[in-house]
Amino acid sequence: MTERITKSMAKNIYYGGGTFALLIFLALTLDTVKQIPQRSNEVKMTESVVMGKKIWEKNDCVGCHTLIGEGAYYAPELMNVFQRRGGSDESAFKAYMKGWMASQPLAVPNRRKMPQFHLSDEEVDNLSDFLIWTSKVNANDWPPTIEG
Amino acid sequence: MKYSSQAVAKPYFIFALILLAGEILFGLLMAIQYLYGDFLFPLIPFNVLRMVHTNLLIVLILFGFMGATYYLIPEEAERELWSPKLAIITFWVFAAAGVATILGYLFVPYATLTEITFNELLPTMGREFLEQPLPTKVGIVLVVVSYIVNTAMTVLLGRRTVITTVLITGLLGLAVFFLVAFYVPDNLIMDKFFWWFTVHLWVEATWELIMGAILAFVLIKVTGVDREHIDKWLYLIIAMTMVSGILGTGHHFFYMGAPEYWLWIGSISSAVEPLPFFLMILFAFTMTRERKITHDNEMALTWAKGTAVMAFLGAGVWGFIHTLAPVNMFTHGTQLTAAHGHLSFYGAYIMIIFTITSYAMPILRGRPHGNSKKAQKVELSAFWMLNIGMLGLTLALSAAGISQILDQRVGTDLVGFMESQDSIAGIYMVRAGFGLLVFTGLLTYFASFFIKEDNA
Repeated sequence: MTERITKSMAKNIYYGGGTFALLIFLALTLDTVKQIPQRSNEVKMTESVVMGKKIWEKNDCVGCHTLIGEGAYYAPELMNVFQRRGGSDESAFKAYMKGWMASQPLAVPNRRKMPQFHLSDEEVDNLSDFLIWTSKVNANDWPPTIEG
Repeated sequence: MKYSSQAVAKPYFIFALILLAGEILFGLLMAIQYLYGDFLFPLIPFNVLRMVHTNLLIVLILFGFMGATYYLIPEEAERELWSPKLAIITFWVFAAAGVATILGYLFVPYATLTEITFNELLPTMGREFLEQPLPTKVGIVLVVVSYIVNTAMTVLLGRRTVITTVLITGLLGLAVFFLVAFYVPDNLIMDKFFWWFTVHLWVEATWELIMGAILAFVLIKVTGVDREHIDKWLYLIIAMTMVSGILGTGHHFFYMGAPEYWLWIGSISSAVEPLPFFLMILFAFTMTRERKITHDNEMALTWAKGTAVMAFLGAGVWGFIHTLAPVNMFTHGTQLTAAHGHLSFYGAYIMIIFTITSYAMPILRGRPHGNSKKAQKVELSAFWMLNIGMLGLTLALSAAGISQILDQRVGTDLVGFMESQDSIAGIYMVRAGFGLLVFTGLLTYFASFFIKEDNA
């Protein structure tokens, strides 16, 4: 197979093909950037949601959990934790979150442990708002089930 | 050693290997914490172990690339390195920054670390693989710039070859895409979208160029095959890499908030992604068959062939298993991703570092014909332990991923995450066992460095 291909042909495939792929990628990137605000309901991205994202990052939550499938696999997926633990009810979820965050780490021997992050009530609410907002992102029907 | 400035590569290789030992050690600690949640808790929580594990990997690969570059660039350009002094300064700066960052992870709570490293000024921390504090990220940019300048100046003042051109293109890509790591939008989806520009386009595009260039260099040296012939293969491989890898980024955009067309674009292009790795196998084995010389350092060629095979398995096969959108719907965010991650990073990048180290280190230590037969025998057993260990732990993680999917995502009788994890503890035990084999393999590899020369 490779006998018939010369070095200059291979070189042209590299430069031509690479440039072609890069141009398509850039064009699609522009379109995606235009679509993301609508697909993620950016209008509902309140100050509290943004604060929640900062708290999420500051405590490296993604080092144990996945969020929309990305992160570590040590702890549960959190994109749909609002539906799973809060039954899609905002005040129920926020109450659940306050109880949950306050009771860490759970005193169950050799269960995987979540550290105590000492967040204020307001910070836990920010985090809840962030997770509620995330749960409504259009991720092409992912996750497939409530268990994430 | 043809040029005295090639000697600057030595500390890079040695430090990369030391970091690799650290990386595997932290991997083992995580494997134990997976089974016994109280192990090391609250002293070192899981996220910290993982940060150390993954960040050591990234940094050791960069050290390996730099060592490889400083070794091969003078020979390719047929002149001394532009500034050996700069290369040595860069080494110490990068090593100090790397060690300080790891110590920061281990001894300072992450939230405090964000505060004392000015994350408020430009928040970039707390994102997977890009957890580094701002000063470290800036440091990486400076180190990479110095690395590129040194390499480019050497090539500009000397001979230009296909290998040097491909290598420098890869380096420039590495630098450009790392800059995207400084852009962190408030919108999580936009943030995730651009995060992949660094993560995917490093691993599945620009780093592959660097890897291809290093592999081509070693194959020229140990097989004596005509450069024209090697160049053609290198172009073909990287052509396939670029065509499939760039749009292949789309396989990360299936289920994270990006538009539907990525389901098609990502699936089709990443179906082609195994091809460059398959070509790499053909490349390594064809060059071996057509070799003009038999180099006394047989292990260098063994590692080179091993790199092609393991990269094909890890990046090609294990990537393809879950890259089609309908399959990825179920595999996204499970241990199958971890399985692929482990074997592809190992097969492509750790193996290429072993290849160049095994080729160059004996020469740098004054043994132009490679290590003694006895040392090479020990090295060969290390080769098999490392490869079997990595394959074993990859198979274990794959089994874990499949169990997770069956428990949490298929059928009506669903099981929750924690319960599912408890049921696959046995598999995690097997994973830890193979991890131990990998670590033993690495220690055996180290031991091969200390075997005395035959009395010749």
